[in-house]
Amino acid sequence: MSLAAATADDPNALGHQPDADAGGVANQRIIVGYGFWIFLVSDIVMFAAFFAAYAVLSDATAGGPAGRQLFDLKTTAIETACLLLSSFTCGLATIAAHVERRGWFQAAMAATFVLGATFIGLEVHELAGLVAGGNGPQRSGFLSAFFALVGCHGLHVTLGLLWLSTMMAQVVAKGFRDDILRRILCFSLFWHALDIIWVALFTVVYLIGSIT
Amino acid sequence: MTDTPATAAPGSTHAPAQSVGTQVLGYAVGLVLAVALTGISFFLPHSALIWAPGVPIGLVVLAVAQMGVHLVFFLHLNTGPDSTNTVLALAFGLLIVFLIIAGSLFIMSHLNHMMPPMDQVMRMQR
Repeated sequence: MSLAAATADDPNALGHQPDADAGGVANQRIIVGYGFWIFLVSDIVMFAAFFAAYAVLSDATAGGPAGRQLFDLKTTAIETACLLLSSFTCGLATIAAHVERRGWFQAAMAATFVLGATFIGLEVHELAGLVAGGNGPQRSGFLSAFFALVGCHGLHVTLGLLWLSTMMAQVVAKGFRDDILRRILCFSLFWHALDIIWVALFTVVYLIGSIT
Repeated sequence: MTDTPATAAPGSTHAPAQSVGTQVLGYAVGLVLAVALTGISFFLPHSALIWAPGVPIGLVVLAVAQMGVHLVFFLHLNTGPDSTNTVLALAFGLLIVFLIIAGSLFIMSHLNHMMPPMDQVMRMQR
């Protein structure tokens, strides 16, 4: 990245501005964000493997029900709305953290938590209903891949909720210190990335699954 | 930064040089676009708006567009110098994602195609 030592006569530094508060390397916030971004990309690659398994197995219903018979798009629409709105409130929380407004931060994080928990509740209800109807992951290759993919995303959201509540507690206990702000940044990146994966998931699994 | 980008890159400067209103507006615009794209996605399969066999492709296009909206408005990916490395990492990740998904689909459909019918396999094993 940009070097503080970069001068106007250094052709390699063209287009890079030296950072105001860094001596030599980019500031810590950029480095932390970049490192976490690498993790997110690796997480997306892992989800790609689950998506590939689902795409390969989506016709392997073994005489059992296909997605068209199982999926209730109304539930999916509510889940999608919850996750989308939670992404928005998560963004509001990061803005509140930047300007160090504790009340707004905690309110936005609480709203994010409620929306995320609603999403998880609906998903658990849906999956439990499938299992109760004899359409659990052991029914067919299609359902195995479906439970693995949706369950993996649900697990990520659950861990995100856990992380969210620890961030609320850390702000109460330690305030908006630099390291806490960096953790909030990483959490918001994580939460937005989960929303992106859900976009792929509801499109490929639920919407395309309900018409083929 | 001299040329302040419209939005702060992932992990950019400590306090983005924007007013709170501008930042909230950014997220609101992203939300509106995402809701619109999601709404069209859910509406499309039950409408006769486009040719039925083309619906899956239309849905994929809408999903890719929505992911772009999320990346720009929520994850603040931009063309500023602070985003160069993140964009490169994401591009590499997308290459791997493409290889995994397209490769799996190609190999498995090829295997299915070459697989002899099951009774023939049984006969060969006798």
